[in-house]
Amino acid sequence: MSVKVFERPKALSSVIFHYCPGCTHGIIHRLVAEAIDEFGVQGKTIGVASVGCSVLAYNYFNVDFQQAAHGRAPAVATGIKRCLPDRTVFTYQGDGDLASIGTAEIVHAAMRGENITVIFVNNAIYGMTGGQMAPTTLLGQNTTTSPGGRKPERAGRPIRMSEMLSQLEGPAYIARVSTHNAAQVARAKQAVKKAFQAQVDKKGFSMVEVLSTCPTNWGMTPNEALKWLEENMLPVYPLGEFKTEPGLPGPSAAKTTVPTREVKTD
Amino acid sequence: MAEQILMKGNEAVAEAAIRAGCRFFAGYPITPQNEIPEYMARKLFEVGGTFIQAESEVSAINMVYGGAGTGTRSMTSSSSPGISLKQEGISYIAGAELPALVVNMVRAGPGLGGIQPAQGDWFQATKGGGHGDYRLLVFVPASVQEAIDLVGQAFELAEHYRNPVMILGDAVLGQMMEPVVLPEPVDLAKLPQKSWATTGTGGTRKPNVVNSLYLDAELCEKHNFKLQEKYRQMTEREVRFEELNMDDAEIVLTAYGTSARVAISAMKRARSEGLKVGMIRPITAWPFPYEPFRKASERVRAFLDVEMSAGQMIEDVRLAVQDRAPIFFYNRMGGMVPTPKAVLEELHKIDHSLKRDKLGGRLGV
Repeated sequence: MSVKVFERPKALSSVIFHYCPGCTHGIIHRLVAEAIDEFGVQGKTIGVASVGCSVLAYNYFNVDFQQAAHGRAPAVATGIKRCLPDRTVFTYQGDGDLASIGTAEIVHAAMRGENITVIFVNNAIYGMTGGQMAPTTLLGQNTTTSPGGRKPERAGRPIRMSEMLSQLEGPAYIARVSTHNAAQVARAKQAVKKAFQAQVDKKGFSMVEVLSTCPTNWGMTPNEALKWLEENMLPVYPLGEFKTEPGLPGPSAAKTTVPTREVKTD
Repeated sequence: MAEQILMKGNEAVAEAAIRAGCRFFAGYPITPQNEIPEYMARKLFEVGGTFIQAESEVSAINMVYGGAGTGTRSMTSSSSPGISLKQEGISYIAGAELPALVVNMVRAGPGLGGIQPAQGDWFQATKGGGHGDYRLLVFVPASVQEAIDLVGQAFELAEHYRNPVMILGDAVLGQMMEPVVLPEPVDLAKLPQKSWATTGTGGTRKPNVVNSLYLDAELCEKHNFKLQEKYRQMTEREVRFEELNMDDAEIVLTAYGTSARVAISAMKRARSEGLKVGMIRPITAWPFPYEPFRKASERVRAFLDVEMSAGQMIEDVRLAVQDRAPIFFYNRMGGMVPTPKAVLEELHKIDHSLKRDKLGGRLGV
């Protein structure tokens, strides 16, 4: 008698990913789809694809989808969620999309505490357009627009979105996870689940930043890329939970924000 | 008969939208249209809708994209500089074939310009504005009542064609009060189902995707041809205009929105002074009413186009009239509004010059 121990999540479509060999988008797609399956919300989920390598995410998830302009996914998700508050709404954005052109949209969706889930894939580079520098690119990292390595006097220093957004009162859950080995993928799975849990419990904005590789544009083999991520990205982008509202599974992260007092109005 | 009340243009547009079933509004403050988001902030929640003050016009139009994608009647409003920021989103909404209403209470430009009424956004509204080959259905109301009536039609037509519709007003229309009759609210339950909307599959259908991306050039061309076919249908079915005193007109005034109100006053005085003046007033800026201009151009002596711009609608008038009759132009800009007296003087000047012309008035301009 055979027992099925592994299968494609129902929330993933049966198609071939266009992603490059060794890219971790596929793993992250799977984690999101598993969370959708486990919460039983496939029929009431609406995803928002961004611009970048994951622009075609709507082909891979077996749920309703909207494709947003570059950086605008949190605004589009806000419109969807406000019109259909009982649906599960998530965005799937890269670091060029979220941390560069879309900074206004992500900061204000988080500020409003929009009850949406953001999957933020950070691979420290623009993948789709061919390996340009991102705000998340590491100092010294070679890209097509930082030839010879990112220099702080020319291009500033890497932006840490999770730390930044966790200063706001709106987010219920913010975590940074990684995909460079199986143990980290298992932790990433728990974080993605917790983020969706926050939305299902109507606690407000949730975001999981997932450190990811880009072997093609980093100019490495898949294994080299995983090693590079571990050795170079982790010191700049420490893993962990930056904000956890009480009531979510696991220990609450130290609250970094003091709730604002309401002023009296007539 | 329904009750007549006095209402400010901006608030009337907002109330008309709510009555037309608008349940999602995202906007950002900018003068002279602030009464629209303010009214929505007070009233929209009462009917089960949602108002959001977005962080920018860019974000507001993208929220409208998201809301419209769920099948909810959605709108935004702004004024010229803000509408420039919304152009990206408007192009995406047109590309993704979503219905939405965008209201532009035009102020003076370019740049920050000024907050007084102007008509310098005709090109932006009718010739594109954002990137790519798309069109908006653009209404140019000349009274608060007409704006109310067109808001209702705008939501209907936006859904019929799955295309964004623009109300192109100006600071006068937004800020003035006029007696109006409001329509009865539409019954949302009776509106047609939107099979394309992203509401969650419910486990009963294949996923719906709201999208404007076609990486395959052949498919992208096919999509573009499909859009163009919609625009062709609009040019056949949706042209709206008003003709006044055209039966015996020798000089034809043309203007839209606020300048049309001024032109109508001038026309009435010209008539009382014996000048045979008629008027063609476009109500749709796009599709433009080329046909009444073409017909008139075969028999009238001259046209006078009055605009609060450097001359934008006049390019459409020229396309229709070609060289069959001279087209004169009178304008004010930067927030200045023409007076009926000044337009009347222009009409007299044209009349004199036509009479001087031995050939009977075929002047070039």
